Amino acid sequence: MEAVTAHALRRRFGSVEALAGVDLAIPAGSVHGLLGPNGAGKTTLVRILTTLLRATDGTATVAGFDVRREPDRVRAHIGLVGQHAAVDEILSGRQNLEMFGRLYHLGRVAARARADALLAEFGLADTGTRAVSTYSGGMRRRLDLAASLITAPPVLFLDEPTTGLDPRSRGEVWDAVRALVAGGTTVLLTTQYLEEVDRLADQVTVIDHGRVIATGTPSALKGQLGGDRIDVVVADLVDLPATAALLARITGDTPDTDEDHRRVGVAVTDRMAALTATVRALADSGIAVDDVTLRRPTLDEVFLHLTATDSNSDAEKVTA
Amino acid sequence: MNRLRWAFADGATLTRRDLDHWARQPAQVVIGLLFPVMIVLMFGYLLGGGMTVPGGSGAAGYREFLIPGTLALTMVFGLEGTFQAIKTDVSRGVTDRFRSMPMASSAVVVGRSVADLLNAVVSLSVLALSGLAIGWRWHSGLAAALAAFGLLLLLRFAMLWIGIYLGLVVRGEGALVAVQILVWPLGFLSNTFAAPSTMPGWLGTIAEWNPLSSTVGAARELFGNPGWGGDSWVAQHAILMAVVWPVLLIAVFFPLSVARYRNLDR
Repeated sequence: MEAVTAHALRRRFGSVEALAGVDLAIPAGSVHGLLGPNGAGKTTLVRILTTLLRATDGTATVAGFDVRREPDRVRAHIGLVGQHAAVDEILSGRQNLEMFGRLYHLGRVAARARADALLAEFGLADTGTRAVSTYSGGMRRRLDLAASLITAPPVLFLDEPTTGLDPRSRGEVWDAVRALVAGGTTVLLTTQYLEEVDRLADQVTVIDHGRVIATGTPSALKGQLGGDRIDVVVADLVDLPATAALLARITGDTPDTDEDHRRVGVAVTDRMAALTATVRALADSGIAVDDVTLRRPTLDEVFLHLTATDSNSDAEKVTA
Repeated sequence: MNRLRWAFADGATLTRRDLDHWARQPAQVVIGLLFPVMIVLMFGYLLGGGMTVPGGSGAAGYREFLIPGTLALTMVFGLEGTFQAIKTDVSRGVTDRFRSMPMASSAVVVGRSVADLLNAVVSLSVLALSGLAIGWRWHSGLAAALAAFGLLLLLRFAMLWIGIYLGLVVRGEGALVAVQILVWPLGFLSNTFAAPSTMPGWLGTIAEWNPLSSTVGAARELFGNPGWGGDSWVAQHAILMAVVWPVLLIAVFFPLSVARYRNLDR
């Protein structure tokens, strides 16, 4: 069953089209990454799916309910973690969770018990009585996440949950998300960090300018960039053009050069043969090399590749 | 029926939230309550010596005159607290969390209203007690005095809806300062501290038609405290206008706020 669907979803703000017809299908129990730069339309999509905003056109369902016609049913089945830690700063962590529990219509006793359980689960038990304003960024995020999970909703929306967090806090949030998914929750995660979808998501949808420009598993998206890559770091910058020419001869492709890091990189199809040929050619030419690596492309490279293609095709449309 | 029950329960939960805020920040509450008392002492003892009020005798007369005005002014300044609370929730994403939850959408404003009105009752009590301590009295019986307090709370209720609307609409840091700067002239361009008849003609007319002036005039009349009088229609019908103005403001800002809350995205 699909936990989240969107069909030809559009949203217009004045003359700006934030969503220009988005289709989405997220199977229940999976983690779906929504990747895109600032202003791509990620948050607009999340706001429509969480009933905070109406679509200009198109339809969407969450947990089987239509977001426009049955917003109350949708709200009873979702948790939302927005870009800010949406908790009361003056109250303590426990008071926050009890308040939200009461608003989810748990009884007084049940709300208190649930608050205690969540505080313990998210490692906040000993700070539960302190005002949230004294919490670290990571603690606030975890409290925010806990507040979204009071009723153990089947669908959870995470809108850039780790933006502005230090690496350690980011790791804590990731662990929390993994634990949820193990429990069967469907997660829609928006992010600007490719590493995040790489680590967490089963499927990725890349959007830019309100349009889906690619969709697939993280590894399939990486495959779109032409498989593995060889990077060569030369000892002396003057050898960079010669090394690039050498790699071009071996692979038949134009390498990318990075003068700041004295690095030349290129995509390869037959990985081991290309690596052997490169090492041999470098040894024959007498170029001093600091490093030769064979690696999978990062999602950053995939993303830059995809968005560059997208803006090129836009430009072509305009000039045509 | 069930829906109505949850609307009450959710409103009570959010009222409780504000009471918890007071319990966690007692110093701020005390400062908030003492601010109007300070205004009374400042105007009553620093400036009051030079003021004479028709129907009042000297500085003591000015202080009697001052209390109803400060009570009403406190109700208007309450707008800042409402505005700040609503705006903080919007900018922190707490409002979005509420809107994405299966709770009664009226709860946010019900909770806000009840908490702010409770705060207003406490403010009025503290200020009235301070007034009694420096010689202010009501002279027309308890029923009239209670009616005056009722009109003061009605004004606070109208300010509440303006505060909610501004809190939902205004964005950016420094917004509180902007609201404070707007509230002060609204408070002083009135009959609270000086007679509109002593102001330049057109300015005096605005001051007389200021909703605050109607409540102040009505409270002075009902308490039996000295006032400026005034021949204009609006000054002659202060009690009527102390009802009409707030009702009018609520009729404008209540639907505006509801529409804004339902669709917060610009």
